[in-house]
This record gives sequence, structure tokens and C-alpha cells, in this order.
Amino acid sequence: MSLSRLMEDYMKSLREFANIFFKNKFGVVGVAILSVFIFMAIFAPQISPYNPMDVKSIGIGKPFSPPAWIKIFNKDIPDDSVFGILGTDELGRDIFSQIVYGSRISLLVGFAASFTAVFIGTIIGLVAGYYGGIIDEVLMRFADILLIIPGLPLMIVLAAILGSSIRNIILVIGITSWPSIARIIRSQVLTVKEMKFVEFARASGCGDNYIIFKHILPNVMPLVYVNAAINIANAILIEAGLSFLGLGDPNNISWGMMLFFAEQYQALLRLAWWYIFPPGICILLVVLSFIFIGHALDEILNPRLRLRR
Amino acid sequence: MPLLQVRNLKTYYQTARGYVKAVDGVNFQISEGEVFGLAGESGCGKTTVALSIIRLLPPGGRIIDGEIMFNDKNILAMSEEDIRKIRWKKIAIVFQGAMNALNPVMKVGDQIVEAITTHEDVSKEEAWRRAEKLLEMVGIEPSRAKDYPHEFSGGMKQRVMIAMALACNPQLLIADEPATALDVIVQAQILKLMRDLQRKMNLSMMLITHDLSIIAETCNKVAIMYAGKIVEYADTKRIFREPQHPYTRGLIGAFPSIKGPRRKLISIPGTPPDLLNPPSGCRFHPRCPYTNNKCKSIEPEIKDLGGEHYVACHMPW
Amino acid sequence: MPHAVVIIMADEILKVINLKKYFTLRRGLLTSLIKREQPTVKAVDGVSFEVKRGEIFGLAGESGCGKTTTGRCILRLIEPTSGKIIFDGRDITSLSQGELKPLRKDMQIIFQDPYEALNPRMKIHDIIAEPLRIQKVCKSRREEEEMVMKMLEEVELTPPEEFIDRLPHELSGGQRQRVAVARAFILKPKLIVADEPVSMLDISIRSEVLNVMLRERDTYGTSIIFITHDLSLARHLCERIAIMYLGKIVEMGSVETILREPKHPYTQALVAAVPVPDPDHKREVIPIKGEVPSALNPPSGCRFHPRCPYAKEICGRIEPEMMTLEDGRIVACHLYTTK
Repeated sequence: MSLSRLMEDYMKSLREFANIFFKNKFGVVGVAILSVFIFMAIFAPQISPYNPMDVKSIGIGKPFSPPAWIKIFNKDIPDDSVFGILGTDELGRDIFSQIVYGSRISLLVGFAASFTAVFIGTIIGLVAGYYGGIIDEVLMRFADILLIIPGLPLMIVLAAILGSSIRNIILVIGITSWPSIARIIRSQVLTVKEMKFVEFARASGCGDNYIIFKHILPNVMPLVYVNAAINIANAILIEAGLSFLGLGDPNNISWGMMLFFAEQYQALLRLAWWYIFPPGICILLVVLSFIFIGHALDEILNPRLRLRR
Repeated sequence: MPLLQVRNLKTYYQTARGYVKAVDGVNFQISEGEVFGLAGESGCGKTTVALSIIRLLPPGGRIIDGEIMFNDKNILAMSEEDIRKIRWKKIAIVFQGAMNALNPVMKVGDQIVEAITTHEDVSKEEAWRRAEKLLEMVGIEPSRAKDYPHEFSGGMKQRVMIAMALACNPQLLIADEPATALDVIVQAQILKLMRDLQRKMNLSMMLITHDLSIIAETCNKVAIMYAGKIVEYADTKRIFREPQHPYTRGLIGAFPSIKGPRRKLISIPGTPPDLLNPPSGCRFHPRCPYTNNKCKSIEPEIKDLGGEHYVACHMPW
Repeated sequence: MPHAVVIIMADEILKVINLKKYFTLRRGLLTSLIKREQPTVKAVDGVSFEVKRGEIFGLAGESGCGKTTTGRCILRLIEPTSGKIIFDGRDITSLSQGELKPLRKDMQIIFQDPYEALNPRMKIHDIIAEPLRIQKVCKSRREEEEMVMKMLEEVELTPPEEFIDRLPHELSGGQRQRVAVARAFILKPKLIVADEPVSMLDISIRSEVLNVMLRERDTYGTSIIFITHDLSLARHLCERIAIMYLGKIVEMGSVETILREPKHPYTQALVAAVPVPDPDHKREVIPIKGEVPSALNPPSGCRFHPRCPYAKEICGRIEPEMMTLEDGRIVACHLYTTK
């Protein structure tokens, strides 16, 4: 098949998929919300008035200043007591800038960690499910061990040992999330393996690799996509959690880190709601958008996942 | 006075894309002590007819029109309370694949007892005794009432289902594909059992199946269904000897026989129609070898060919 | 058993000698420590037959008799426990899968379930072309396309252009089964195992699929092993037939001979129990007791003896040998064993 015909086929199926996907309310809402944040992450330097990591941005405003627009409700507040769209933090840095730049970290960690977990989980699930026997036993026991160890404490220990950097956070989340994905993929592989079209391919004389790549993987991928979407939501939440506990990367402000500092500097006591709500709501919205997307994918792909009528 | 009279029954299923006209104007009747066969392939609506009679349609199913007269009372006009008095006590049903619907964690005897006590005000002991008698009646050792479903073979589970259906001494038994999943020897035994019970209890039976061989040996009268309509209705011998409707002829011709001369098997080209948008005119016209313009536009009326033989076809011209 | 001389006739495409397949059941760790013997299901227990070139050979019996397992063992989709499979004059029993690969061009399978037999994510064109690609038959896409289109015409899925890009779920059961026939015949194999190919289809479309199969057989001279539980169908299609019971062949021979005048008591009961679409025919149910026993613990001696109306004392002790009778059929029954 020529390359152009391949591309044509691919574009056609993409367009068909997009058609169905956007009929689903969950899908539309999810993608809409996510697009806002992706846009925010890509164009952070253009959107954000200041670079929060820049030393020069410290003390731009008075520390713990509420947002400027509250003057609409309370005209008596002096001008230098308010600042910007979302106010300032304990060092007088613009919070809105931190939110915008923080989206980069959250999304980056979410995608990267999820990709790692799904990649490892899919391969292990495929191998265990297809080859069975002792390979299956060993791999699944290994996965079981990782599943048994309580997640958050394990991650805390690993993060503490490896040191807190973005790369390590991604690794930690990836390593602890792959087992559940592996189990799901494995059980789907077990089902597909027994399907008659696989047996026919064997009867025609093909080998294991052919079956895995031509028959099993395509019928397992829908499950992978759905799981990946939900996994990203998970990863973002975990990153926020780890950062909130102080294990985040201090060189890169993420929303979780913001909450960490807010807690450290007693934002609650100071009633600095502009420091607490924005990062929390952002985390909520991004996670929700991925869950919606995963839900939409599930609804769309599920009838066809049922390989029997 | 016939026991059951179905007049102009229309049952549609509501789906996201519109109404599926599963049963679209069906007429037939069953007399006392008669075995009536409703024959047709998958998707023709025969199960929907059965579910409509006992008013147990799945969600989305609605009876749009028609009357079902049972003992001179219209079932479709009854309240839910009244129909519950009829279900199981007067009209019982053995569903398709019912033998797999037995509760695996309940003793078989208890399940029959449950069927009895739900519909009649009887003590548990009395119900258990009746359950044992029922098992005996269907050819199972009464002592096996305390066994669990997995200890029974497929054929025996089907016997249990029949026992359950007959638990309250109904007047009419509806059996939907009662022998399809069974091996041929067990199938013969089950059908013989049903015939014997039918004779002994003077039961009326409605046998729903796609297997014309079973119809040939069990039923007195047959109605052939296609795409939600009855296309031919007659005495069993008449329909096999003088089938009039092209679909009936095709169906009979498609059945191989182990006796008689070896002949080429007939096939009917095409597929059953989409009941969301059935073909205009006669629903069978796209697959019929004798179609003409009249068939494509006008729905055939039901013709009385005399001797209780009815066909819905524009032929013979 | 040392090298016995095996005589193969030139017109035999397949010879199966004493094929056995035993399945050992998996048990938990605890049970395997407590009990010594491993429970085995003797699914196929010593089956021997030949299939001639171009012949349609029926393998018939009730569920659990071992016919499907036999079919799979012949194609080495399941590994036989013991016995010999001689395909086209060559002993393929112990060949490695790599050595088998070129031979797989000549043997194919058609399955019972039209919904599970086709990969739901593959286009019809790719499904039919799959054997060509695995066996690397075509030298160009053009050649492959031509062969696929030709097969679609042969199985009457016309116009072919309308079908090549479709997915299985867009086709009806009968159409899918014809796709399965197309892909089984595209390599022009010498032998096809058809495992109940029409039992899941509506009655009126069965003969469509069967007629297509017959036409292909006539065109390419393929032998077909037709596995079925439907004796009426076997009678219409097969030339010779073997009746199986609990892993053994009880009677084998020409279809007309066996079905018109069955000699083995089990065959007699089976034939008598087949319903006939004729209201004047009364099914005589031959009183055989009980139901088919489990293959985990088959009866001693003749497997059928606990249910047989003619059972003698010897039947419970000694397994009957396969005997060739005067009319050419083979029966395994003490009623016919010459002293």
C-alpha cells in the first residue's frame, strides 16, 4: 500500500473517530476543558505577565495581596494592597503566573508518568497474557507485590530516596501505576488469544510475533487508550499529592507545590483564598477533563470491545 | 371457544433510531388441548409474541395495538395485579435457554417451591411435596429435589424447567425453543415428555421454534412468521404437503432430511429485513422469486384458502 | 510400538492412525499434593480413519464425543497425545511448527461461529488476504488484490468492490461465513476441516454457504472433513461418515449405507432420534438409558455398554475391535465380532 493511501486511510479513520467522539457530551466537555489548559501550558510565556521562577518577580506586589478585582466589591481597599488577577503569594509573586506555568508541570508529569506506566504495563500484560505459564506467574506475582505495598507511602519513600526532581516524580508514579494496567491488559489478551481468528492465523502458519502484533495488539489498544486517559488523571493527582507533602521539585512550581507553600505559610489562617482555591480548582478541572475523556472513550470503544455480538 | 385468541397484535420496540416493528399485526388462536407451533427464523418476532402474551416485554417494548383474549378476557386491558394472577397459574412459559437460568446456589427443589409459593398460598411442606411429584412427572427421581443445578445434565435441567412451568397447573404452556440447545437423543426424549404431559393434562401448548422438524412431529397447527407478520397458517399436515407461501416453501426446502430421496437444499437469497424500516408492500418481496410490482407496493391481505388454511400472498393470481 | 508398516493408498489425502488426545485437568496446589493420579479427559481415545482426495468425509456425533478435538489434532492446532497423522503421504505427527509451515498451505479450517472467526478490526480484504500474506504467495499488491476479488466473486459476495473495505460487523452471519470460506479456499488447500460451519446460521441461509463450499470443492478438488452433530445435514453433504461416541469411532462407512441401515446400537439410536420435517413420520425413540457419561471416567470395555439395549457380559470387559463388514462399513461392536 502506498504511503499516500496509508495517510488517507489514517486521516479518514481519524475524522470518523472525531465525528463519533464529539457527539458524546462527556468527550466534548472534557476536551474543551483540557484545551484551555493545554493552551495555557503551551503559551505560558505569552499569557503570563511574569515568570514566577525569575528572581525579579519576587516582591512584585505586597505579599499576600488579594486579587485586584475585589475592588469591585470593596472600593475602600487601597490600591497597593491588591495585585493582579489572582493576587500574590508569601513572597509577593504573582499567583496567576504561577498557575499558568504550573499547568506545564502538571500536564507534563501527567502525560509522561502515564505514558511510562501504560507502556510498561501494556508490554508486561501482553507478554504475561500471551505466553502464560511460568512467565505469567512470575510477572503477575511481581505486579501483585507492587500492588500490595501501599501506594502513597511507597512513593514517598522512593521520592525521598531518589530525590525530588520532575524526572524522579515521573519515574515513581510510572513504576507504581503499571501493575493495575498490566492486569487489565493481560485479561483482555487472554480473551483475544482464544478467539477463532487467532487460531485461523496459526492454522495458516504464522508465528507468535505475527499474532501479537496483527491480532492481539489492535484488539487491546482501545482498552489501552481508555486506561491511559484515566491514568493521566491519576498521575496528575498523585503529583499534586506528592508536591503537597513537600516532595515536589522546588525548581519547578506546580499546583501541588503552590498548595504546599500555601500550607507552609499559613494561607488558611490569613484567609488568603486566592492562594488556596485557584490551584485546587485547576487540579480538579484537569483531572475531571481526563476522566470525562476516558469515559467518552469507554462508551465509544466498549461496544466494539465486545468481540462477540 | 378458543382458549387464546390473538387479534391484530402489534408490538414495537423503541430504540434510539426509531421503532422496531417486531410484531406487526399478528392473528391466531389456540384451542383447548391444541399444540400450536409458531415457526420462523431469528428476528421474525416469535419470541416477542410470547412475551406480549404474558406481558413481560423488555424495556423499550410496547404493545401498540391489538387484543389478546384469554378465556374471553382481554389480557392487554388487564391491570398489573390481574395479569399476575394469570401468569404461571394459567399461562406458563419456558424461556429460551431457560435451563441456564437456574439459580446455581439454590437446590432445585427449592426453586420449584419458590415458583409455587409465589403464586399460590401454600405451606412450604406442601409445596415441597408437590415439587417432588412434579420432578417424578418429568422423569426425574424425586429424591433429587435436594440437588443443585450443576449436578444435572442439560437435558435434566430442561426437565426441571418444564416441571417448574407446570407447577401451578396452567392451561397454556408457552415453550420457546425448548429443545434447541440439546443433543438430538435428549431432544427426542424432552419432546416426547412434553407430548405425553400435554396429552395427560390436556394442556394447550404454544411451541416456538425455527426447527420445522420439531413442528412436524409435535404440533397440530402451525403459523409461519416472517419479519413480524404471519405469512401462512394451517394444519401441520396441510402446510407440509401443500405449502402456498414462497417463504414457507423455501423454508421447508431448506431443511435436510435423513429420510427420503437425497435432494439439493434450497436457500433463500438475501437476509431478513431491518424491522426499523421494513420493505414496502409485502415484506418478503426482496427475497421472493415471484415478485412483481403489486408485491412491492401493496401488502397482501390474508386469504382464506378453505379448510382453515390462510396465506398472506398475492399469489396465485 | 516399533515401526509398523503403514500402507497408504495413492488416493488418500489423510490417514489418521490410533489418534489419542488426553487433556489433563489443572488442579490447585493442595489437591495435587493429596491425590496422586491426575484427572484426564480422554477426549479422543484411539481414532483411525482415512479421507480420500476430493471427498467430503463426515465426522458426526453428539457434543463431547471428540469430533472437534480430532479435527484440531489433524491440523496440529492441538498437539496429539499419541498416534499418527499422515497427510498427503507424509507423516506430520512430529514435525516442528516451522517444518509444518509450508504444509499449512494445503490444510485449512472453517469455524462454527461467524462472529468470532473474523478479526473485528480487520477489513474484509485483509481477512481474505491473510493466508496469502502469511505464506508469502503473492509477489505484488496487484496480484493479491486480484486473488481476493476473484475469491469474493466465487463466494458470491458481489460486487466485490463493495465488500473489500468493509468491517465484519457490517456483514450478516451468512456473509461472514462466506468470507470464512473464501479465506479458507484462497490457497487452494488439499484438505479443509469444517467445524459445524453452518450450525449458527439461520436455516434459509445455510444452503447458500454450503453450496458455495461444494462449488469450491468441485473447482479445486479439496477434501473436506465435515464436523457436525446434524445427521440430516451430513447425509446431504457427505460421501462417507464416521460416527463418534465418547472419543471413539463406533461406525464408519458410506453415508447412505450407515444412515439407511445403522448397525451399531448407538448409531441406531442416533438415527432414530433425528427429527424429520414430515408430519407423517413418527420418531421412534429407541430406549437407551441415561445420558452421555463424562469423558473423565469413561465406562470400561465398550464405552456404550451401560446404555446399550443389547449389552452382553463381554461388552463391559473388553473393548470391541473395529471390524470391516461385508458391505464395506466398519463397526466396533461385539454384536458383529466374529469369533
